[in-house]
Amino acid sequence: MTPEEEREFTRRRKARNWVVAGTLLFFVVLFYAITIVRIGDPG
Amino acid sequence: MTTAAPQTLERMLPTEWRDFFTLTKPRVMTLVIFTAICGVLAAPGHIHPVLGFTAILAISMGAGGSAALNHWWEADLDAGMKRTMNRPLPGGRMRLDDARDFGIFLSAVSVGLMGLAIGWLAAGLLLGAIIYYAVIYTMWLKPRTPQNIVIGGGAGAFPPLIGWVAVTGDITAMPLLLFAIIFFWTPPHFWALALFVQSDYAKVGIPMLPVVAGEKVTRRQIMIYTVLLTPIAIAPWAIGGTGWIYGSVAVVLSALFLLLALPVGSRTKTADDKMLPEKRLFKYSIVYLFVLFAALVADRVAAYQGWMA
Repeated sequence: MTPEEEREFTRRRKARNWVVAGTLLFFVVLFYAITIVRIGDPG
Repeated sequence: MTTAAPQTLERMLPTEWRDFFTLTKPRVMTLVIFTAICGVLAAPGHIHPVLGFTAILAISMGAGGSAALNHWWEADLDAGMKRTMNRPLPGGRMRLDDARDFGIFLSAVSVGLMGLAIGWLAAGLLLGAIIYYAVIYTMWLKPRTPQNIVIGGGAGAFPPLIGWVAVTGDITAMPLLLFAIIFFWTPPHFWALALFVQSDYAKVGIPMLPVVAGEKVTRRQIMIYTVLLTPIAIAPWAIGGTGWIYGSVAVVLSALFLLLALPVGSRTKTADDKMLPEKRLFKYSIVYLFVLFAALVADRVAAYQGWMA
């Protein structure tokens, strides 16, 4: 890989990692919220 | 479009996350999300906002997953059409297997999420919708019958049904009518577009009705489905499922739909035709669906607040 390609490689990998991290965090919060709501649900 | 050199370069690089997002067909998703929200809001009963949000999220993820599977299956067809040749797969920006795995993963998570958070009836319907779109429509019937638009419309009709069932937990006449409305709305909507947009579906062997059966048959089919749509759109009010707000909106909107479909159904294209009636019908059909579903929600809100005596 040329240095430009390597920079591009790193940039894309980094961007993807951030998206995955954000998605995971979102689902952690969502599952917490779902759990709280369903525990409080009398049905 | 893409030259050979960047393509080999692209193959070595990780796919951009935006290309994964593109696989989910975000523009189709807006209609899915809108009708799903309407299904949730119009259903009788109460759902906690967090769970309502989760239901809509699961429906959207299921739609995205099956859209990714559609991209995967049709990658070679997309490569042969101008409109689609620059999608992530034919554009050479993503590996075929990655698209397939992404689609399966997204679909599986959506069904699991729906089942755990909401219930397994809604999850089962969601799974059915995904299989219907990705397998029955995309893989089996789309390349085989000129009625493919009718069958594809069935896939688009699932979101409000699933949204409704997520709230009520059972399937009644009302959510089935919402399904039927979108099902019968799709053919006139899409075929009106197909009449004035030059597509190259024929080139890749997808039998679109105007190409296979001709313009005259297409126009007649538009008329038939519009006539069938009218009583179905009014039925939710007629069976007492909604109040007069939805009823009056449905009657007026459907009458206008018929009025606009009439010239499309009866005329023949002349040389140097601007296709104005077809364009008008297509644009109106979009407004029709949005306003009709918005009226459904407005009707429910009004009844809930006691505004309708």
